[in-house]
Amino acid sequence: MNGYPAEMRESIKKVEATRMRRIDETHPRLSAKESERVLNEFHPDYIEDRMRAIRVGVSKGQRMPLELADIVDGRPHVSPDFNLTDPTAQTDVLIIGGGGAGASAALLAQESGAQVIVTTKLRFGDANTMMAQGGIQAADRPSDSPAIHYLDVIGGGHFTNDPDLVEALVKDAPFVIKWLEDLGMMFDKKPDGTMVERHGGGTSRMRMHSARDYSGAEIMRTVRDEVRNREDDIRVIEFSPAVELVLDDEGQVAGAIMMNLETEAYHYIKASAVVMATGGGGRLHYQGFPTTNHYGATADGVVMAYRAGAQLGYLESMQYHPTGAAFPQQILGQLVTEKTRGLGAQPVNKHGEQFVFPLEPRDVEAAAFIRECHEYGNGLTTPTGQPGVWLDSPMIDIIHGPGTVEANLPAMVRQFKRFEIDITKEPMLVYPTLHYQNGGVRLQPDGSTEIPGLFIAGEVSGGVHGHNRLMGNSLLEVTVFGRRAGRSAAVYARDVVLGTPNLAHVAAWNRELDENDVDTGVISPILLPDYTRHE
Amino acid sequence: METKPEVTEATDLIPVYIMGKRYMVPPTVTIMDAMEYAGYKLIRGVGCRGGFCGACATTYRIKGDPKLYFGLACQTVVEPEMYLAQIPFFPAQRSSYDIKEMEPTPATLFTTYPELLRCLGCGACTKACPQDLDVRAYMAAGMKGDISEMADISFDCIMCGLCAARCPAEEAQYNIAILARRLYGRYLAPRSEHLKERLEEIRAGEFDEQLEKVKQLSRDELMQQYEAREIESEESDEELSPLLPF
Repeated sequence: MNGYPAEMRESIKKVEATRMRRIDETHPRLSAKESERVLNEFHPDYIEDRMRAIRVGVSKGQRMPLELADIVDGRPHVSPDFNLTDPTAQTDVLIIGGGGAGASAALLAQESGAQVIVTTKLRFGDANTMMAQGGIQAADRPSDSPAIHYLDVIGGGHFTNDPDLVEALVKDAPFVIKWLEDLGMMFDKKPDGTMVERHGGGTSRMRMHSARDYSGAEIMRTVRDEVRNREDDIRVIEFSPAVELVLDDEGQVAGAIMMNLETEAYHYIKASAVVMATGGGGRLHYQGFPTTNHYGATADGVVMAYRAGAQLGYLESMQYHPTGAAFPQQILGQLVTEKTRGLGAQPVNKHGEQFVFPLEPRDVEAAAFIRECHEYGNGLTTPTGQPGVWLDSPMIDIIHGPGTVEANLPAMVRQFKRFEIDITKEPMLVYPTLHYQNGGVRLQPDGSTEIPGLFIAGEVSGGVHGHNRLMGNSLLEVTVFGRRAGRSAAVYARDVVLGTPNLAHVAAWNRELDENDVDTGVISPILLPDYTRHE
Repeated sequence: METKPEVTEATDLIPVYIMGKRYMVPPTVTIMDAMEYAGYKLIRGVGCRGGFCGACATTYRIKGDPKLYFGLACQTVVEPEMYLAQIPFFPAQRSSYDIKEMEPTPATLFTTYPELLRCLGCGACTKACPQDLDVRAYMAAGMKGDISEMADISFDCIMCGLCAARCPAEEAQYNIAILARRLYGRYLAPRSEHLKERLEEIRAGEFDEQLEKVKQLSRDELMQQYEAREIESEESDEELSPLLPF
C-alpha cells in the first residue's frame, strides 16, 4: 500500500492548482429551500423503499430502516419461563452499557448513594464515545449563551427536537465541561486558560471544545478511570451484554437478563433501577453503508426497552457523516472528523472546485456529497469502485501555519500515514458513512421513561437532536443525560419496593408476533455483526 | 442506492499464521479482516475497528525475520508469512486513588506508583507502541516528577497494553500516564475563567428568560430566528451579543 494510485493523483493536481484561489473564497451556504431539496432527493433517510413500519408493540407503525425494523420485530433470546429465582447479582442501579453515558451515569448514581453494577458487551469503554474525535459543545464564551446554543440545535434538527430535552442539554453543557475539567480531562486551552473553541457544522458561535482529535477518547478514558477508582461501590462486568429487561408484577423494572458472551450462558441480575445506555446501531449497515461505529453498535437497547413497553421515536432518521474515509479500502467508512473542516479544509470535486459550504448541518452536507457524485458525476471513483470527493486538508497549514494539522489532528495524520498518505500535503478522499442514530427510546429530561425504574441516556435515546444531530452534541448528550439518568435512577432506587420479577412482557411479545404473523427470522438483540466469511 | 463497493476479489491469496495455524487470505486486508476472512467470529481482540480503543493489540513476526513487530489488528495490513498473536488482555497493575485529594507533585506519582522508579529506560515500550509514542520518554519525565511533560507526551495513548506486556521492569506505563494526565488536567492546566463566569451567570438565572422565550417560539418564528442568526467569524475579533434579538 503506498499512497494514491496514478489516476487519483491526476485529480489531486487539479485540487492543488485551485487551492490558493480557494483559500479566499468559500462556497455560500444553501438556503433553507435548497437544503430541503437536496435532502429530499439525495439523503438516504428519504429513500422510501429502504424503510418500513414496525409491526408490533406500543410504537407499532413507526417507520425505520428495514435492517432495524427486522431486529425490533425480532424474537427474544430467552423463554418467558426463564428461572428468575436465583439472580447472580443484586444491586440498586444496573447500568447497561459501558460507554460515555454508562460511565457518567455510574459516577452520578454512586455519588447519589447507590450501589452500582455496570455491564458491558465488550470491554469497559469500547463504545462510540471513544471514537468521537471533534469535540463537545457548550456555550461558555461571552458572545454565546444557552439560548443561542438552543437555536442552533433546534435548527440543525429541522425544528423537530423535543424542546425540554434541548433545554436540559444546553443548560447543563457548561457544567459538564467544568465536571470533566475537575475530573482531570485535558481540554485544548490557550496559555491563559481560555478554552480553544471552534465552529462545527451548523453552529453560529464557536463553542466546540476539544482535546486534540482524541476528544471522545479523552472523555471516555477519564470517566472510566474515575469509575475504576470507585470499585467499592461500582462493579464493572465486561463481555456481558444484556438481552432482555425484567419487570415485576407491577410493571416496574427489576433488572435484566445478561449473557456471558464467552460461555453464552444467560443469567439474571436483579436491580431496583436500570439505566439503558447501550449506544447506537451503525453496525446494522443501513442501505449497505459502511460505518464509523464501534463493533458492538447493534441497537440492543432500542430492542430491549421497546419490548418492555417504552416508546420509540425519530428512528426514521439516521445520521450519515459527510466525511467517512473513502480511500484506502482498509479504512473505508472510518471517521474523518468534522474538525478538519472546522480548521478550514474544503470539500472539492474531482475538478478541484468547491460545490458546497464546508460546514452545513451534517445531513445537508452528506446529501450534497452524494449529489455531487451520483447526479453531477463530479466525484472520483477508487480502484474498488467506491465514490468520493476530496477533503482538502493541506489548506489547514496554509491558513493557520505549518504544524497545525499535526498538532490538531494527530489521530487523522497517524491513520492515513499507516497507508502512506500525508494529509498535511495531500487531500483525503471522503464519502458519507453511517454515523449516528438520531432517534431511539423516548425519555423525559430526567432520563425517565413510561416504565417505572427504566432510565435512558445517550445515543439509544431519541428526541434531543430531532432529525439531525450537530457535531459536538453527542459527547455532550452522553455526559449530560448520563449524569441525569444516573442521579435519577439512584434516587428512584432508594424508595422503590420490588414485587416478583417476571418475563410476562416477553410472553406477551411472543403472542403479539404470532397473532400478527410476524417472523423476521431474527433473534434480537443481535449483539454483534457477523463478518465471518461464509463459503 | 447501493454505495458499498464490491470487495476486490484478490486472485493471489497469501499465507498467514493465526496463532500458528495457516490460512490463505487476500493480500490487501487488515489483520482483523483476515481473521474474519479465515472464519473467526471475534469477541476478544476487537473493539472500535478504527484505531482508537486499543482492544486489538497484536504482535507478529515474519517468517525468517527474528524481529518482533507490534500493531493494531484493525489498522495493520497483512503480509505474507506473518505469524500473528493477539494480546487482548494484559494483567497490568493499577492503583486506585481519589483525584480530589491529591497534590500535583512528584511525590504523588511515586507513592501512587512506586514501581515508576524501577524503569530501566530500555525502550522496549517505545518499540512496542502502535501509536509511535515515545513511552520511554514519558516514563523518564515521570521519574523526574515532570507531570506536565508526562501528560503531554502520553496524550495520544490508547491504553492497549503492549508497553506493559513488553516491559522487563513490570511497569504498567499507560496506567501511570493517565494519572499524570488527570493530575495535569485538574491541577496544572491553566483554569478557564470564562467558564467559571458562565457557571455563575447560569446559576444566577441570567439566561433563563431568553431560554424560556426561545422555547415558546412557534415553528415559523424559530425558523425566522434561525435564518437570521449572526454567524461568528473565526477571523474577526468583533464580539457578538450573547442575547437573541427579541
